[in-house]
Order: sequence, then structure tokens, then C-alpha cells
Amino acid sequence: MEGLLDEIVAKYNYWIYVVLMMIGFYAMIGKRNLVKKLIGMNIFQTAIILFFVSTGVKRDAGLAIVDKQQALAGAIDVATVVNPLPHVLMLTAIVVGVSVTGVALAVMQRIHREHGTLEEDEILEKIGR
Amino acid sequence: MISGNFLAYAIAAPLVMAFVVNLVGRARPFLVAPLALLSLAVSSLCSLLLLARVLRDGTESYTMGGWQPPWGIELVVDPLSGLMLLLVAAIALIATWSAGASVRQEMEGREHVFFTLYLILVSGLLALTVTGDAFNLYVMLEITAITTYGLIAMGRERAALASFNYIIMGTIGACFYLLGVGYLYILTGSLNMADIGRILPELYGGAAVATAFAFMLVGMWVKMAFFPLHGWLPNAYTYAPSGTSVLIAPLMTKVSVYLMIRIMFTIFSPEYTFFQHAGVQHLIVWASALAIIIASSLALAQTEFKKMLTYIIVAEVGYMVGGVWLANEPGMTGAVLHIVNDALMTLCLFLVASAVVFRQGSCRFEDFRGLYRTMPLTMAAFTVGAFSMIGVPPTAGFFSKWYLILGGIEAGQWAYVAALVFSSLVNAVLFFRIIEIAFFNSEDGHGHGHHGTLARHEAPGALVQPLVLTAVALIVVGLASGALVDAVILPALQWLQ
Repeated sequence: MEGLLDEIVAKYNYWIYVVLMMIGFYAMIGKRNLVKKLIGMNIFQTAIILFFVSTGVKRDAGLAIVDKQQALAGAIDVATVVNPLPHVLMLTAIVVGVSVTGVALAVMQRIHREHGTLEEDEILEKIGR
Repeated sequence: MISGNFLAYAIAAPLVMAFVVNLVGRARPFLVAPLALLSLAVSSLCSLLLLARVLRDGTESYTMGGWQPPWGIELVVDPLSGLMLLLVAAIALIATWSAGASVRQEMEGREHVFFTLYLILVSGLLALTVTGDAFNLYVMLEITAITTYGLIAMGRERAALASFNYIIMGTIGACFYLLGVGYLYILTGSLNMADIGRILPELYGGAAVATAFAFMLVGMWVKMAFFPLHGWLPNAYTYAPSGTSVLIAPLMTKVSVYLMIRIMFTIFSPEYTFFQHAGVQHLIVWASALAIIIASSLALAQTEFKKMLTYIIVAEVGYMVGGVWLANEPGMTGAVLHIVNDALMTLCLFLVASAVVFRQGSCRFEDFRGLYRTMPLTMAAFTVGAFSMIGVPPTAGFFSKWYLILGGIEAGQWAYVAALVFSSLVNAVLFFRIIEIAFFNSEDGHGHGHHGTLARHEAPGALVQPLVLTAVALIVVGLASGALVDAVILPALQWLQ
């Protein structure tokens, strides 16, 4: 028990990401309301963003804004700055997430216009399956 | 200098044209389809020249914007990706030929919107086949996915709901892949596929590598609708507009299978994929056998032509995944050849569906009644496509199935071989049922006297020409499959190992 707790505390960022991801996953698969599914999807994506961003962090490291001359001279100790690459990757992932959410909302509007509801069960009942 | 940039032109032509089409199409809707065709013709030509050069001179690498790999994004054309590039460009070209007519009929006044998304999708698919960067692959995957969601949702009735389900499943697939990339980045500090492939062997055996592998693979399986992750596909492809389904049905799943091959052999290696985890390979071949049998059985239960085809696609995905995981040369050859053949067969049959929908309004089985008389060209092409799906020589479908069966026998995977034979038999039942309905039209109560009034009523030329071309291509590719295997596929496989 002690060992497990230490493990959780030592890598708490990964545990948070796993828990968040599972919440999102559950909402996407388990919920029957389309809006809830979409929110689940957002939580799911955010969990992955958190995972990536947290991998770039180093203990006691500062922002990755460095002096150009110093950098060219190779005088920067990489341990003093966080790794900016995962953060930059996640900017792209955020854009992707926003686009998917936008498309999903537009599609949802069409569904509501077509069927008058966003409850999956009611829609399926109306379609008659 | 121009020839050095073929790859950039091939991808950029549809991308640039997407925006031109959007602007020009507002005022002159009749220009939209010709412009789209023009850009895809440029892509096809560039891909063809590029493939010829790669086969002669060996693998080419293109660094976008002059940033050197492994930091910059690298585009790699080896024989396999060159083949895929040409396949995507050519299929998109033929599909666009017919999409123009069906889009004009189904969504008058929105052609420019449709073709904007359509061309971005093609451009994303082209980039997917050549990218050498694991994160770039994720971005391209999402570009193709987002445009596909929109294109599917343009259909009527249940299309929007089908599209929403696809959004949820597609996002899960892409996010799983992204997670896998994250693990690999933590392990290796690199995002370039070849670079990861060089660093990774020292780390084989670790749990994190296995996790990354599993996440990426499952992500791709969701994207390619590998049974039992196929739930989103049938409705999405059935209710999509005809113009959408002729493009996405042949290409999306096939490109995902290709990406799976990339992940298995470029990022990881055959040794890791097949030998690191005992039993996994065996299990996946079994799963694909199961996929083939169940999807074929589900196809039997359908009464709508397009929906039946979607279940056949799911079964065909099982063919290819199984073929790759047989882990021997005939199996691999069969899988790659089947990517090409299946793209052509699916294109052919979906073009038939789109021609029938154009004339009859829908494509339930009863809509095929008497079509051999009224739409002879369409049905002739349908027969070729159907024979290819069943696997009758000399159509293309026979040869890839032959290689797959040989691979299955060599690997001793009898369940997989049995599933292939079973699926061929089911396909024969499925297609002969339709041929029977289409051939004998007098059973609808009108009696024989009705024959005289059934005039020829073929779909417009823009729908029939690409269809006939595809049907001819099926036979030509079938007859030339020996040459294709020797000239392209075997070099491609050697490059992978």
C-alpha cells in the first residue's frame, strides 16, 4: 500500500492524465446524450494535452526563452529550461481539438434540426430501429 | 528544378485548388468540377513520374522548407509510398470525374463547398502516404478525418447522426495514435519515423515500447474499421452523398492499412512486430479471420446495395490486416496488392451505386430490377467489379486473394484460409443475388409485355465513363499483376526489411 502511494505521488501527473482520460472515455462511450459525448471527447483530448505538456517539464527549470547569442555559443545548460517541443506540438493538437469540436457542434445542429432532439435513444426510436 | 519538386506539386495542387474552387465556384458553379479534375490530373501525373523515378533511382527524401530531418518534417517516397501516392491520386481523379455529376444533382448550389472539402481531403490523403514524421502523420490524419466528417454530414436524413458517431470514434482512434507518439517521444526524443526506428531497437522489451505499439495499432484499427472496431463505418458510408462515398470508400480504409504497415515496419521493425511478443501475431491473424467471417455474414443480411458494400469493406480490411500479420512474403505481397485491387474494386462498385442512385433515386436491391436492359454499360461494369470481389480470374481480385491464400497456407493459418474461402463464397451469393434481380425483370408483376417499354436509360456520360474505365482497369491490373508484383511490390517489401 505504501509503495503504491509513493508511486502515485511520484508520478502524479500521469495518474491525473489517466483518470481524466478514463472519465472522458466513459462519457464518449457510455453516455447517450450527444452533448455529453462531445464534452467527454473534449475531456479526453485535454487529458492527452496534459500528458504531453507534463512530459516537457524538468525540476527547477525555467521558461524556454533564451538569449540567441548565448544559444549559438552553446552556453545554455539544457537542464535549466523546460523542453518546449511537446508544448508546441500541443498547440497543434489544441487547434485540431477545436476544429473537431466545431465540426461536431455543426453536425449536432443538423441532427437537432432533423430529429428535434439530441438524445441518442429518442433519435433511434424516431428512425425506427 | 521542376522535377525535384514533383512531390510538393502533387500535394499542393489539390490544396491550392481547394481555395480557388471555393472562390470561383460561387460565381461559376460549372467550373468547379473541371478545376478539381485539373488539379488531380496534375497530382496523378507528378505521382506517376515520381514513382517511375523512385523505382529507377531509389528512395527520395524531400525536406519541407529546408529544415533538415530529424528536426524538420521529412517527406519520404520509397517504392511503397510512391505506389500509394499514385493510387490515391489516380482513384481520386476517377472518383472526381463522376462526383461532379452526382453532386450537381444531389446538392445543387453547394458544389463549391463540397469540392473545397473534397480537395483538402485528397491533399491530406496524399500527404499521409508520404510523410516521414510521426506527429505530422497525426495532423494529416485529423485533416482527412475532419473533412470526411463534413463530407458525410452533407448527406440526407441519417447522415448527420452517422457523421457524429464517426467523429467520436475517429477522435478516439486519432487520440490513441497520438498517445502512442507521446510514449515514443518520451523514449527516443524524436518524432522522425526513420530516426525513431534507429533509436528504438535498444529499448525493445520495455513496457513503454509495448504500450506505444499497442496504442498506435489500436488507433489505426479504429480508423480502418477493423472488426470489432468497425461500428461507425457502415452507416457513415451508406448515408454519405454519392460523391463522398465514391472517394472515401476506396481510399480511407486502404490508406489506414498502409499506415499500419508503416508503423509496423518503419517505426518498429519486423523483428519487434512479429517476434517480441509471442502469440500476438497469431492472435491478430485469428482476429482478422473472425472479422472476415462476421462481416461477410452481416453483409448477407443487408437489403441495400451500398450498405452491403460497406460490410464487404469491413471484411476486406480483415483480408489485408490478416495478410500483413501472416509475417511471410506471399502474405505481405498479397496484402499490398490487395490494397491496390480493393481500392479499384470498391471504386468500381461505389460508382455503380452512384449511377444507380442517379437514375433510380436509391439503391435497394429492388431498384436493380431490369437494369441489365436499361443500364447495360453500368451493369457490365458491375459484373466485372462483382467478379473481382468474388475472385474470378482474370479480374484483379483473384490474384491478390491467391497470394493471401498462399501466405495463409505457408504460415499454417488454416482459420484465415478458411475465412478467405468462406468470404469468397458469400460474395458470390451476394452478387449473384443482385445479378439475378437485375437480369430477370419480369417478376415484378408487369409480365413479359412490359419489356418493350423498357428503353435504355443509361446514367449520364460523366458517371458511366469513369465506371467503364475502372472496370477495364480491374482486368488490366489483374492481367498485369505479375508485372506489378515484380516491378513495384517486391522492391517495396525489400525496402521495408
